[in-house]
Amino acid sequence: MRIVTVRRISQIFFLIVFLWFCITATLGSTWWQLRGWPINWILELDPLTALATVFSTGTLYVNLLWALVAIVLTLLIGRFFCGFVCPLGTTNQFTGWLARRSQGSAARLEANRHRPLQSTKYYLLAFLLTLALMGSVLTGLIDPLPLLHRSLNLTLAPIADRGLKVLSDEPRFYASAWLLGVVLLSIVGLNLVLPRFFCRFVCPLGALFGLMSRFTPWRIGKTSDKCGDCCLCDEYCEGACRPSGKIIGSECVLCFNCMDRCPAGRITFAGQASAAGEAGLPDLSRRGFVVAGTGLLVASMWELGGLSGANRNPALIRPPGALDEDRFLARCIRCGQCMRICPTNIIQPALLEAGIQGLWTPAINYRLGRSGCQPNCIACGQVCPTAAIRPLSLDEKLGRGDFASQGPLRLGTAFVDPGRCLPWALDRPCLVCHELCPVSPKAIFTRTVFQPIRDGQELSARVLGKSVDLYAPLPKGVNLASGDYYLRVTGHPGAALRRIIGFSGNRLTLDNSLAVEGSQVFYVAKVDIMVRLQRPFVDAIKCTGCGMCEHECPVSGQRAIRVYAENESRSRSGRLLI
Amino acid sequence: MNKTTDEKAAPTGELNRRDFLKRVGYASALALAAGGLGLALFDAKGPAAVERFKALTGLGDFTAKAVASGPGKMAIVRGTDRKVMCEQGIKALGGMEAFVQKGDRVLIKVNAAFATPPSLGATTHPEVLAAVAGLCFKAGAAQVMVTDNPINNPDSCFAITGIADAAQETGARIIVPRASLFSPLSLPNGKLIENWPVMAGALTGINRVIVVSPVKDHQRAMASMTLKNFYGFLGGRRNVFHQDINGIITELSQLMKPTLCVLDGTVSMMTNGPTGGSLADLKETGTMIISTDPVAADAVGVELLGRTLADVPYISMAEKAGAGQADYNLLKPVRIDTKV
Repeated sequence: MRIVTVRRISQIFFLIVFLWFCITATLGSTWWQLRGWPINWILELDPLTALATVFSTGTLYVNLLWALVAIVLTLLIGRFFCGFVCPLGTTNQFTGWLARRSQGSAARLEANRHRPLQSTKYYLLAFLLTLALMGSVLTGLIDPLPLLHRSLNLTLAPIADRGLKVLSDEPRFYASAWLLGVVLLSIVGLNLVLPRFFCRFVCPLGALFGLMSRFTPWRIGKTSDKCGDCCLCDEYCEGACRPSGKIIGSECVLCFNCMDRCPAGRITFAGQASAAGEAGLPDLSRRGFVVAGTGLLVASMWELGGLSGANRNPALIRPPGALDEDRFLARCIRCGQCMRICPTNIIQPALLEAGIQGLWTPAINYRLGRSGCQPNCIACGQVCPTAAIRPLSLDEKLGRGDFASQGPLRLGTAFVDPGRCLPWALDRPCLVCHELCPVSPKAIFTRTVFQPIRDGQELSARVLGKSVDLYAPLPKGVNLASGDYYLRVTGHPGAALRRIIGFSGNRLTLDNSLAVEGSQVFYVAKVDIMVRLQRPFVDAIKCTGCGMCEHECPVSGQRAIRVYAENESRSRSGRLLI
Repeated sequence: MNKTTDEKAAPTGELNRRDFLKRVGYASALALAAGGLGLALFDAKGPAAVERFKALTGLGDFTAKAVASGPGKMAIVRGTDRKVMCEQGIKALGGMEAFVQKGDRVLIKVNAAFATPPSLGATTHPEVLAAVAGLCFKAGAAQVMVTDNPINNPDSCFAITGIADAAQETGARIIVPRASLFSPLSLPNGKLIENWPVMAGALTGINRVIVVSPVKDHQRAMASMTLKNFYGFLGGRRNVFHQDINGIITELSQLMKPTLCVLDGTVSMMTNGPTGGSLADLKETGTMIISTDPVAADAVGVELLGRTLADVPYISMAEKAGAGQADYNLLKPVRIDTKV
């Protein structure tokens, strides 16, 4: 079999594997949903993630051990990952091919010649790794594997699934998903400008593989310097690495097109240097690295913002198990797996809520999705490839068993906004937040007050036992017989409240006769119509910040009860109670 | 440019007649089409202030013929084994055959509101669901569907409550509340349910409805049982109705007449409802109520919670609205003790 056929089969295979794992990253009870499918496998193969998190945390997280496989293979044979595995590389190669099918050889030669700007990706790599050294892992923004997972999970899959309903029964929502889509479409679209544009000029993972292939014993090369001028190898070169001349080893993506096309069989993949000479790396200028080194400066400027400390955004709620902000940003690669798996669809890609260094990190938005954070769910931590969200057990999340002494995990604390809350501000009974609080005993408790309703005070009335005829028209817009309204005699704060159980015309029916200090009232009296309001309060000791209340609050715009990060378990600085 | 196109092209400054006529033809056809389309879509009135939907007026009457006239039927079964209690209670009312005939398509409305395990009693117990669904199939039901529009994510709810497994074991199918199942509904004389999305699609082709509910405390409504379970037919941001909780439950009682109600008070949630969350919130109350009358069933349930009808206004209000009989003794309930 031709080596390029093997390559194509491998590319298609890994693309399918990638897509399949994206599909299996679905919470559910059938065989293809989670069930131990290694949904993170392709992310775990990523040496850039491994290296960046090693730089930022000083350790190699267990899941990322797979990266060693990719590293060792690359050290021996070069950028096989780019040519044979990378699903984004495959997509780029395919679109590039599609766009240039009918072009002549001159255009192809021009498109696939080496360009000095291909060095850019090495500077970008240096920039990102410097940032990682400073504790801010931003590789995921542009690293093809997290990027592709994120784009598929948060944009393409939800759109494709809208009609199919395989991945979720309800349409999924992701805030600012359009931006993720634009990035992916731009990357794919740039293949119309030059084939594998992203791979050649931008990809920091490719750059890392390039550096690692510096000393590969086996590599592409020419068996003799003497050669015709057909340049078929250059014409079809995916890496633009100049195989006809002094080949640039680190740019070769192992597409094997040169070997396959060479009419004289002069190109081999062997344990020897190319007869036409070799250049290990493209020309890298010191100036480029100086620019890249400003990463250091930039990261220290971010520190000035104090976002992880005094100036943190109180509305930023991280998923359950998320590390404190500094350690979280040292690990999160923004792959979107947690956002994809969350059954309630509340984990959202942050735009600027967590600062520029928190772009597309997971933040909870309790207004979107189906409900608050479900107490019996720990999916997000279980799928996180880098443990930016720790894999919690249910016991730890709920504060049971071994974790009983530390209590349940808190995402934040709910605060009632009395200016918007129905029983606080609008004289309307409600209590939805209390109903849905999943903590036992409930973290939301109530204090009951009776308030005279507007235009309901000192009404002249004729009292006949349980029937009361008002001389004034009944207030409009309230269902006085709803069980929430009461009548009492005006001017006697201690007078018994009688529930209104019916009304017709201007006659009210009460559950008991009106009375003042034990004696019944007859005939003429002044009465007040009172509404019974159960006003919600939050017991911060019990509140877990799950956001069930915020999600369900009927004040649907800006909610009347909202969760803020105060008292979240993950940060000491946010501690509220003593 | 090749030769043939040269020949076809008209000489500069002079229109070829044939070409001219062709162009006149195309232009006129397009002009006619544009004019016709404009007339066809002509709208002199402009948009209405509010979009009008053709709204349903109810979900229907699913009363079985055998009990259609006369008072409802009721059995109050004491015991601890949910399956046995269900079976004996239904048997006492003439067996499931009195309610479900061969070929019937049954919808079981469960309470699957929360993604909590059955041990916490916040949702319909899977054993009750399995018993009822099993009896339906035994009576010859062609299809048994199970549904609810829960508060948490539906898949999680059906899975964690054990309802999905119970349904699968008996051969019943879960209907997940997809957006396409909801249609606007306006109750005649309704003040609250007006143009409101209701899960009518779950009832397509259904001719029997059995409501299976747990007995739970509820601070706002005072109790969540059969009638409150109807809340799960509503879609949209239904929580706004909590402002008039008794009013909305009364209106919900007008939404449909179920074939049968099974109210499971084997274990009742006495406090911290309707979510519960701790075994301390539960109490063994050892009672299963089988009734064709949801109001009567709830009237018994209230007693299990140690409350009176005066504490739970919606029961009397639903009675007044014609949904059933709050004085359940008038139904002459069959009383069974399975422990004997």
